[in-house]
Amino acid sequence: MTDTIAKSNGKQPAKAGKPSKAGAAATWADDRLGMAGMAKKNLRKVFPDHWSFMLGEIALWSFVVLLLTGVFLTLWFRPSMVEVVYDGSYDQLRGIPMSEAYKSSLDISFDVRAGLLMRQIHHWAAMVFVGSMMIHLLRVYFTGAFRKPRELNWVIGCVLLLLGTLEGFTGYSLPDDLLSGTGLRAADGFMKASPVVGSYMSFFLFGGEFPGSSIIPRLYTAHVLLIPGLLLALIAAHMLLLVYHKHTQWPGPGRTEHNVVGFPMLPVYMAKAGGFFFVVFGVLTLMGGFLSINPVWRFGPYNPAEVTAGSQPDWYMGWPDGALRIMPNWETHLWGITVSWNVMVPILILPPLMLMILISLPFVEAWITGDKREHHLLERPRNAPTRTAVMVALMTFYGLLWAAGGNDIIATHLRLSINQITYFMRGAVFIGPVIAFLITRRWCISLQRHDNETLLHGYESGVIMRDAQGGYSERHLPLPVARAYTLTARDRDQIFVPESEADANGVASPTARKDKVRAALAKYWYGSNIQKPTRAQLEAAHHHAEIEHDHERALENSADGHQFDGRHDVSGEELTTKH
Amino acid sequence: MIEKHELSTVETAETEPVADPGLPEHEPRPTDVDEAAERRAERQVATFFGLSALCTLLFIVSYLVFKVGDEPTVKLGFGLSTPALGATLGLALLLIGVGTIQWARKLMGDHEIMEFRHPGASSQEDRDDTVAILALGAEESGIARRPLIRNSLLGAVGVLLLAPVMALRDLGPLPGDKLFHTIWKKGMRVVQDVDGTPIKPADMEVGQLINGEPAIFFEHDADGEPKIEGVELNQEKAKAAVIIVKMQPGDIKAAKGRENWGVNGVLCYSKICTHVGCPISLWEQQTHHLLCPCHQSTFDLADNGRVVFGPAARPVPQLPLAVDDEGYLIATSDFTEPVGPSFWERG
Repeated sequence: MTDTIAKSNGKQPAKAGKPSKAGAAATWADDRLGMAGMAKKNLRKVFPDHWSFMLGEIALWSFVVLLLTGVFLTLWFRPSMVEVVYDGSYDQLRGIPMSEAYKSSLDISFDVRAGLLMRQIHHWAAMVFVGSMMIHLLRVYFTGAFRKPRELNWVIGCVLLLLGTLEGFTGYSLPDDLLSGTGLRAADGFMKASPVVGSYMSFFLFGGEFPGSSIIPRLYTAHVLLIPGLLLALIAAHMLLLVYHKHTQWPGPGRTEHNVVGFPMLPVYMAKAGGFFFVVFGVLTLMGGFLSINPVWRFGPYNPAEVTAGSQPDWYMGWPDGALRIMPNWETHLWGITVSWNVMVPILILPPLMLMILISLPFVEAWITGDKREHHLLERPRNAPTRTAVMVALMTFYGLLWAAGGNDIIATHLRLSINQITYFMRGAVFIGPVIAFLITRRWCISLQRHDNETLLHGYESGVIMRDAQGGYSERHLPLPVARAYTLTARDRDQIFVPESEADANGVASPTARKDKVRAALAKYWYGSNIQKPTRAQLEAAHHHAEIEHDHERALENSADGHQFDGRHDVSGEELTTKH
Repeated sequence: MIEKHELSTVETAETEPVADPGLPEHEPRPTDVDEAAERRAERQVATFFGLSALCTLLFIVSYLVFKVGDEPTVKLGFGLSTPALGATLGLALLLIGVGTIQWARKLMGDHEIMEFRHPGASSQEDRDDTVAILALGAEESGIARRPLIRNSLLGAVGVLLLAPVMALRDLGPLPGDKLFHTIWKKGMRVVQDVDGTPIKPADMEVGQLINGEPAIFFEHDADGEPKIEGVELNQEKAKAAVIIVKMQPGDIKAAKGRENWGVNGVLCYSKICTHVGCPISLWEQQTHHLLCPCHQSTFDLADNGRVVFGPAARPVPQLPLAVDDEGYLIATSDFTEPVGPSFWERG
């Protein structure tokens, strides 16, 4: 068995065959680039298979779709705030003065064939890009794939999420319609709330007083050059590190910390991943063709004196907006200055803080657990109850703020009081995550118990047994070995124990206090976890099951009373026990 | 190196609760053993690719056939171009993807293979060598021995950073006192924002709300050019937009000094929210409340624009009103405080 693996595992380097056209081209290229050595090593690189590894791929491919459709849009879009009068095909807006940016967005939508399709694919792809990055991040976190040696890739991923969000904001601000202008108006308010330099930042960014005539061209440069350039560079680094570290894999028979099992890049993975690009592009194109998104012609051109009810940012901007909505109206006026806590806390402090928390998660966990080992096998979320609970708490916080960002929509659709929703959310964003944390942690621990139960007593077979006393029980059968191995293929948690506070010479350890905190945290982190059974425990349990089984078998024909079932000769029979 | 390199290990074979049974045997797929199945899969894949090409042709046909522009091709109430192009292009792409994945799953070799992981870290020897090279570089450059050079270089580079900061200075003008004033001034008429019609208090109904703007936005100079237009108009509008409401004079609780800011129950307030600057426009007639649609700050216009709910911290500024000789509403001064969102030096 291992033979076939070794043989197909790139043990035999490619040899130059008889001269062929492809061979000649390869020789020509290798003479100049010397790539054969690297290609030999990497073309058959192994990628493990699991559906959840596809989530990051969705993000990657939707980014490619964004680049392609974005280039198409730049051919017609004019990032200019010069006022023109609309004379295009959309009847309702003809004769209305508007910025060139808005006019060219209308032209793309109504006068360029496939223009609206590309605009809608671009916008859908942006939503899918940010969304799939988030879900990919959750997958990486919940399975422990962020642990050493992959912490830096986690950091890169977090920065990518931030840049993707900014790229989305700059993108949907470009058409200069009433909705996006309202978003920029709010952004101007955020900047002005910055301490000391707020109004200067606003005047420099907008090239004068809001709205000015500079913001659209400046956002355009950021949107098509600056941020995509950074995204590309970081995505390249993200992928290089992925290849360098080799992908993580789920534990299972033959899959260990020291190997990686899966399909070779050439041809299987290349075909699957390449095919998946076309699937993602195809689905996004179908969405762009059939699902209307951001119909800017319905909002009208930006006018600083107008707004529509139910103004909402794109979904990924929803959570800071929710924080902004439920923040109490605190403002300090002191010594001739104004400190706007009502804007600073939810917009200027909270999102950067959340990003810092996100980035620091791997480092905090490693510090608490004291785990300095490399990890290449993934962990099931239940086997890291505290870790899982931390993320569920963060998700709850995010989700509640996101819902608060739609408090007006919730109020009108569910006929609730917007005031009560807002007051409720003020409390819920603090209490909700705590409840979610506690429930998740206990839930995971219960699932761990269940795993141990299954290991020790087997799985539920669905066979119902009736015992001598008439009681019913379900027959449990031992797990198949592969399944049992997979369930036990995880580390035993080791709780960090601080070294004694003073060394042999009575010199106090300089880190004693820190160690104490760390030990307490580690105890909480791992303390209630259920460890997998030992081999002795497993053997004892199986032995016990066998005895019980034999015991039952002995009773099989002697259940008292069964002799009176009408099919036996009962002359002289009596119940063994008189009732 | 592997020994020095700490990998998380699931326990060794002896202590592991269940021994690793090793990689499972490869199970052949139907296409591996049944030639008919193999040929069927081959046909399937080719069919997917063929259909994809067909869809691309249909995309080209749709591009040429369905019109956009003034007279788009409309069926069932929507323009056909976008859905037709989306459907054909989407399917063309999707079918290539599906075909390729089908090919990989059914026909390409499906033996899982194994690679060993190697420690990501370099060997200790390499590390030591690198440190030695770095030390040699530092030594040969003399960067440690010549602090004068080092420090003056650091200083020069630090000073150099001022250049780009300086070069960005012209991004915009300084705020000056722009945020403290609007275009409103004594005697300027308050007009309807749609067509610039002046407003007579008597013509308004109790409970009515009018979106207003300063009359200068609609005035023309001697040459017939608008006095203010384009970017400047938008900048002034972003500060000067107002709302005019009429309520029962008895309901109004004017603050001290504001008793004569209204005319017969007609009051005028800034339309720009004091939170982050959205135009406020949702008027609750019965309660005299004005609600901002962006973040739901609510202001009581009968009570000097006081904040009754939401994240805004300051009352919405009020514009003092009077009537001119012809009985039309005019402002008696600019706003007495900065309008719009808060900023640091606002006070």
